Amino acid sequence: MLIAVLLGFVFSLLLVVAGKFFRGKPAILSAIIPLSLFVYFSGFINEVSGGGVIRQSFKWVPSFGVNLGFTLDGLSLLFSLMITGIGFLVFVYTSTYLKGHEYLDRFYGYLSMFMASMLGLVLSDNMISLFVFWELTSISSFFLIGFNNKSEASRKSAITALAVTGLGGMSLLAGALILGSVGGTYTISELLNSNQVIADSPYYIPIVIFMFGAAFTKSAQFPFHFWLPGSMLAPTPVSTYLHSATMVKAGIYLLMRFTPILGNTEFWNSTLLIVGAITMVYAAIHALFRKDLKGILAYSTISALGILVFLIGQGTEKALLAAALFIVVHALYKATLFLVTGIIDLQTQTRDVTVLRGLRKVMLPVAIAGFLAAISSAGIPPTVGFLGKELTYESTLALISMPVLWIALILITKILLLYAGFVAGISPFVGKLPEQFANTKKPGMLLWLPPMILAVTGIGFGIFPALVEPIVFPVVTAMGESLGNEHLKLWHGFNTVLWLSIATIAIGTVLYFILKPSQKLVESAERFEFLSPKALTTVGWAYFNKVSSLWTRIFQNGYLRNYVSTIVVFLIGLAGYSLYQTAKFDLDLSTLNEITLYEMAVVAMMFSSIFFVVFTKSRLTAVASMGVMGLSICLLFVFYSAPDLAMTQFSIDTLTVILFVLVLYRLPRYLKLSDYRTRIKDGIISLAFGSIITVLILEVLASPVDKTISKYYAENAYVLAKGKNVVNVILVDFRGSDTFMEISVLAIAAIGVYALLKLHLKETDQH
Amino acid sequence: MRTIILKTASSYLLPVLLIFSVFILLRGHYLPGGGFVGGLIASMAYVLHAFANGLSDTKNLLRFHPGFLMPIGLALAFVSGMAPLFLDLPFMTGLWYPGEIPVLGSIGSALFFDIGVYLVVVGVTLTIIFTIVDTI
Amino acid sequence: MEIVLAIMIGFLYAAGIYMILRRSLVKLILGIIILGNGANLLIFLLGRISKGRPPIIAGDLKVFAEAYADPIPQALILTAIVISFGLQSFAIILIKRVYKVVKTDDLDEMNAIDQDS
Repeated sequence: MLIAVLLGFVFSLLLVVAGKFFRGKPAILSAIIPLSLFVYFSGFINEVSGGGVIRQSFKWVPSFGVNLGFTLDGLSLLFSLMITGIGFLVFVYTSTYLKGHEYLDRFYGYLSMFMASMLGLVLSDNMISLFVFWELTSISSFFLIGFNNKSEASRKSAITALAVTGLGGMSLLAGALILGSVGGTYTISELLNSNQVIADSPYYIPIVIFMFGAAFTKSAQFPFHFWLPGSMLAPTPVSTYLHSATMVKAGIYLLMRFTPILGNTEFWNSTLLIVGAITMVYAAIHALFRKDLKGILAYSTISALGILVFLIGQGTEKALLAAALFIVVHALYKATLFLVTGIIDLQTQTRDVTVLRGLRKVMLPVAIAGFLAAISSAGIPPTVGFLGKELTYESTLALISMPVLWIALILITKILLLYAGFVAGISPFVGKLPEQFANTKKPGMLLWLPPMILAVTGIGFGIFPALVEPIVFPVVTAMGESLGNEHLKLWHGFNTVLWLSIATIAIGTVLYFILKPSQKLVESAERFEFLSPKALTTVGWAYFNKVSSLWTRIFQNGYLRNYVSTIVVFLIGLAGYSLYQTAKFDLDLSTLNEITLYEMAVVAMMFSSIFFVVFTKSRLTAVASMGVMGLSICLLFVFYSAPDLAMTQFSIDTLTVILFVLVLYRLPRYLKLSDYRTRIKDGIISLAFGSIITVLILEVLASPVDKTISKYYAENAYVLAKGKNVVNVILVDFRGSDTFMEISVLAIAAIGVYALLKLHLKETDQH
Repeated sequence: MRTIILKTASSYLLPVLLIFSVFILLRGHYLPGGGFVGGLIASMAYVLHAFANGLSDTKNLLRFHPGFLMPIGLALAFVSGMAPLFLDLPFMTGLWYPGEIPVLGSIGSALFFDIGVYLVVVGVTLTIIFTIVDTI
Repeated sequence: MEIVLAIMIGFLYAAGIYMILRRSLVKLILGIIILGNGANLLIFLLGRISKGRPPIIAGDLKVFAEAYADPIPQALILTAIVISFGLQSFAIILIKRVYKVVKTDDLDEMNAIDQDS
């Protein structure tokens, strides 16, 4: 499985060197990768539907409990099949869609990087590796949305998407870390056993909030949904693959994956129900006010994601089955509709539904695919969409609290989605072909075949539900619910669910004939645009920028001494205040060393050297005083039992003085640059800082000291490391890695000095 | 500063100081001393020599650029840290030769690590000071 | 004695900060060195000081027979001293180089040059 995950990364690396080759005709060859992965994962269907779970684990950072563990259960398998299957079709489609594009190889690189990270995400059995793959999908999505990097709008949407999903990623990391420390492991499958501990822990609510933060941003739930319509500026294959079929479902995947661990509580279920319901209705209504095909599809995707969250929130096995089935249904019809839209866009150069008409005459296969997807989206039998809708109604009807409200909401959503599906999948193809499209070229087979395959699969699953059962049933098993002897079927007899279905189809169809998308509708919606989360975020963003640039101008003014004095003054205030509040000044004088004459002499030397360094006008005096200061410190080390330090200090002091004498003579004399007042001000600041340090030291000396570590080192120096000079043993043995880093830093400093002096800057020589 | 006395003295002092620095290095595990101090003393010996006889003399004496000591020392320290890995022990585990060696006491990977530190310190100090003297 | 040392360290910090706040580059370097010395002594003092008990196991003993000075601050300071030598030499050379290029050791004038280009 590791190879399966890494294959995509390897391929995208390969493209870095072999990009030229893949830019031309052989581009389509890259589709072999998702195809072979699809075949590989299909091989597991039998085993997994029989209840098998395949696990593999590779050590990564074992000391932090981070392993590259992979699990293939029903849930992972469903997603893996979708990722690779739709991935294959998208790879094929792209080879024609972006034929001759100068960066086609790059596009494939991003696409396969995305595919690999998405596979890693759904297969990960470790929360940390899950997080890493999660972020990788955000990053590859950023590159793909911003693929038209010459368009400003495209770059902006890419940044918005990255910011929103990146925020979600941080939230995921936070949630995972807390969950890991509460549950005692980062392995998801092991957490299953401790779900009771987690639910009882005081951190349960924060964990769930963080997890929701991740899932809602990734899966575009209200109010984080606004990045998704913006991301529609990406090339259509990207919208198909990332922003309808796979990546946006990562949030759904996360929720489903953690349902057995975190789910089944009041907080979990009701939050998901409410957020899902708001999202599905809000986005479905929005879809009415769009005339751009991709805009309509984007909002109907958000709405569908809302339905999924809503279903997961219900939490019953029936609802989870409905969710699993709806994931398949939605992926099939929405990917088809996106691909169809892409073809229309490519051939006619427009996506405006108000002008597109009668295209069936020029692209019949595309029209058929669009029609099939539209009826699947509408839930008209015998499509798989019908099965999904029936299950959704059935499970919603079984809700205990307020079933009427929920049914009403889901009914409205379904009606509006049916409308959106018809507008996107049917309306461009019916009616009279306008003059301007009469000469539209027929799309090639590689373009229309992928959507056709998807659409026909949707019908096939509807007619033979037994085909889809081995894929969706294990999902529910993987989430810890058992289904008993359930089977999917088209005909359930005359019951409430059927009447609801009939009502949906009837009202939706009527709506489609009455309400035509028009410029007016779009404008009426735009009037309220300033209230949308997107607009509010943009405004907030602008203010944020303003404040930060103001802040920067005040504090980052480029004068070192202003930075230093700001920091120091702040520190004085902070430390002074807390010392004033807490300091007790009860230093026990009897524990201190007594003052001897020779010590006083050394201290006097120190003071005079400090004085000379600060106030002398001659550089030589300053350097000599520095030497004296170093030697006095060396003497202090001698007095207070630190022979190693004394030796080192002595040698370094000598070398520093030599260094200074060598260089300083080539530097100018001191200038008296600051005026009297500045110097007084600086003097006060520094003296205040010095006093704070003194008080701080006395405070620390008055409090007890913990010597556990010192004791450990002292006791084990000879026993474990065969050394008697404990300082040296710490340096070369106990903390050897630190010392190694230190000598590396020294070497770097020496190389820096060498480079600064020996390698002449070219520009300065020319001046 | 090139007086006869200093010149004569320094050519005798150099070997004495170098031997002293190695002495300080080797006794570091038991008594005050070690790679850092030893390295500094050795470099001071060379700096003194350079002051008395001129940099080119010292460079001739050294035969190679002191900068080469840095990678050698780093490699030595790294290898002595890596060695336990071949015996399936964690990085930086101390390894000790069981017997006693007459002058040095017991020998272990920590000693080689310290020698690495010594070499790096000599390399760094001499590179810095020689470069400065060279370019001024 | 600790009180005297504490006051002395306070002065070292004050002198260091004062020198860093000057406009002359050379003073900046001196300030950094003084501050470094102050910090070393601070760590040393906070590890508690004692006379005549170096952290070296005596003679044939395998563990300490009597009290000893804390080895950890000493190990920390030892590396700090050597590292600060690297830092100082790099800073000194940087100053020399900068002086050669911009012909001033006034930090404020350097800002002006930066803005011109």
